[in-house]
Amino acid sequence: MSKREDIKKTYKLYIGGKFPRTESGRYIKWTDPKTATTVNICRGSRKDFRNAVVAAREALCGWSSKTAYNRSQILYRIGEMLEGRRSQFMDELVVQGSTKKVAEKEIDQSIDRLIYYAGWADKYQQIFSRVNPVALPYFNFSYPEPMGVVSAVAPNDSSLIGLVSIIAPIIAGGNTVVVLASEENPLCSITFAEVLHTSDIPGGVVNILTGHRSELVEQFSSHMDVNAIVYCGNKPEEIKLIQENAALNVKRPVVYSDENWFDKNTQDPYRILNTLETKTTWHPIGV
Amino acid sequence: MKKDWSYSPAPESADHIQINKKNDLFIDGKFIPSKKGNYFETINPANEEKLADVAEADQSDVDKAVKAARTAYDKVWSKMDPAERGKYIYRIARLIQERAREFSIIETMDGGKPIRESRDIDIPLVSAHFFYYAGWADKLEYAFPGKKAVPVGVAAQIIPWNFPLLMAAWKIAPALATGNTVILKPAETTPLTAMKLAEIIQEADLPPGVVNIINGDGKTGQAMVDHLDVNKIAFTGSTDVGKMIMKSVAGTGKKYTLELGGKAANIIFEDAAIDQAVEGIVNGIFFNQGHVCCAGSRLFVQESVAETVISKLKDRMETLIVGDPLDKNTDIGAINSKMQLDKIKMYVDIGQKEGGSIHQSSCSLPEKGYWHAPTIFSDVSQSHRIVQEEIFGPVLAIQTFRTVDEVITKANNTPYGLSGGVWTDKGAKIFQVSKAIRSGVLWANTFNKFDPTSPFGGYKESGIGREGGLEGLMPYVSLV
Repeated sequence: MSKREDIKKTYKLYIGGKFPRTESGRYIKWTDPKTATTVNICRGSRKDFRNAVVAAREALCGWSSKTAYNRSQILYRIGEMLEGRRSQFMDELVVQGSTKKVAEKEIDQSIDRLIYYAGWADKYQQIFSRVNPVALPYFNFSYPEPMGVVSAVAPNDSSLIGLVSIIAPIIAGGNTVVVLASEENPLCSITFAEVLHTSDIPGGVVNILTGHRSELVEQFSSHMDVNAIVYCGNKPEEIKLIQENAALNVKRPVVYSDENWFDKNTQDPYRILNTLETKTTWHPIGV
Repeated sequence: MKKDWSYSPAPESADHIQINKKNDLFIDGKFIPSKKGNYFETINPANEEKLADVAEADQSDVDKAVKAARTAYDKVWSKMDPAERGKYIYRIARLIQERAREFSIIETMDGGKPIRESRDIDIPLVSAHFFYYAGWADKLEYAFPGKKAVPVGVAAQIIPWNFPLLMAAWKIAPALATGNTVILKPAETTPLTAMKLAEIIQEADLPPGVVNIINGDGKTGQAMVDHLDVNKIAFTGSTDVGKMIMKSVAGTGKKYTLELGGKAANIIFEDAAIDQAVEGIVNGIFFNQGHVCCAGSRLFVQESVAETVISKLKDRMETLIVGDPLDKNTDIGAINSKMQLDKIKMYVDIGQKEGGSIHQSSCSLPEKGYWHAPTIFSDVSQSHRIVQEEIFGPVLAIQTFRTVDEVITKANNTPYGLSGGVWTDKGAKIFQVSKAIRSGVLWANTFNKFDPTSPFGGYKESGIGREGGLEGLMPYVSLV
């Protein structure tokens, strides 16, 4: 009897709720040093990014106008779906160099973090909004709103927990996001896209690209229809580039450096606040 | 016989105020000349007469000021009990109240705004701002649940000429309350009230170096932004300069807040209280001569009431008194500078060349000084330059609309997002439209209202960060 051959997964991008290949047709050969398995990862292009921003912009109105309760339930379901796929992620994390013990911890933390932010999705508004006691006969209240379309450069040194830690607070706040996956450990990002795809999250709310950071950080930071950029990393030249490019349309740069994503201090509602804008409304009181 | 309804002159008497003819740099608690000894003039834009000489700070003066601020931060201010810090800020608030009229008159003379505005709006808001933030100094552990707020250190603050003393208050008060020390640079056309504030700061016995006030133009500002020992930059001014600052500090780790330009949509629905709405339009664009970042410079009026609204607006424009800012009857004062007047005239010219229909009030303008009549343009659309670009003067661009969706789309069709106005008597419509407008401030059935407890700031290219309220503490702390 001959040995059964596996059907190996093609790793594509996740844009607008679909799994297209990169429009550039280019690839990166990712190799597992231990087993010498190779995977062809899509080498995302500027055009892929621009398409993803279009998808994210289209999805924004629907996502931000869902009730907070609905967003909360969807985040919870992402956790449910991830829980169901533990073994798939375990295999991928091990292939990318993790030990079984650490991989188990990473999957646990990722699921728990999703549940954590699911719980915040309909509560952060109460922590971060105010009725202001103005010295005039007006009712005045401040309320946090999503910034809009956010581009995010996920941590390079993490395949799953870093990715989840970035995506969850951004979308909990009602934003849509285009994520650049870790270049060193890209596999879990695409499998996570499959998790997203079965979670009732509308297409375009989360878009995931793989590719070279050196090529794509420029695009992620300079696009004129992106409202904020979240960067994870500590490369000074990358941080400088992002903050410079952010000036083009005054997009809000958020930088997370030297984070230990396994630590609970990397989850809190202020991470949601970092991609929110405060709007203050006045109305006269009087007949 | 036609009755003459014109008002008699009602000049505010200015004989009790003291303007220093020579204003040095306020560094480390003392007034000292600049290193190079250069001075520039500040004039009264209502009559082009010189008011005073002001010392010009260069890079070495900036360095001196930063050193003073850093020493004060390390040795005194950060070590002080927060409640005691609060007491100093309360003192400043009360001293300003005691000298309020003097401040108002100097503000009007230096900047051109009517005495009614500086007396009734600017100066009262200044002392209120210090008073509000003084109280936060020892209560920060309640402001950010789960986090401790620590000061950032030394803040470099650059402010504009349209609300000189108020912008100084907006910058200094929250910075001090959260334990930081500051270097503030007023705009080069309006330094005098900040210099008076320096006197108050001495009177309040604030420890030397906690607040430093230096003068100069863009070059001085750039030196402050680039200084290596500054932890945070706060800037209010044009979007173009804001973008330059963002680029300058990229990669330096400096925090910043930016309050930039705007081109707010003021939206009148057919079911609005029309007379109040017309007052709101006038307030929105002619208050402070339109030198307001959040001015309602784009009017959107629903087609069914457009003719009525515009006709009433024209009638109301005729009653607006443009004249001596020190006269208590004056509604619209002088344009702040020749440069700004030229810019406004350029845009009015562009508007006509673009095909807009211009209407101006028939008021006479004084001979000397910088003046512009209230101006409105009809028959313009979103793609016209005078509709997209910030003019910063008493010039209104008027469009009509039919549906809610249409006006929301057009209102948001701008790179700016500072403020907006909605006029309708229907509550559900207010909430729908105010939610849909992408701006940091939304005035419903009112316009141009400010308060120290109310966060102010822009979406998109109108800036980053908020000033006022609890949110106004955030730019000056790190949360750990």
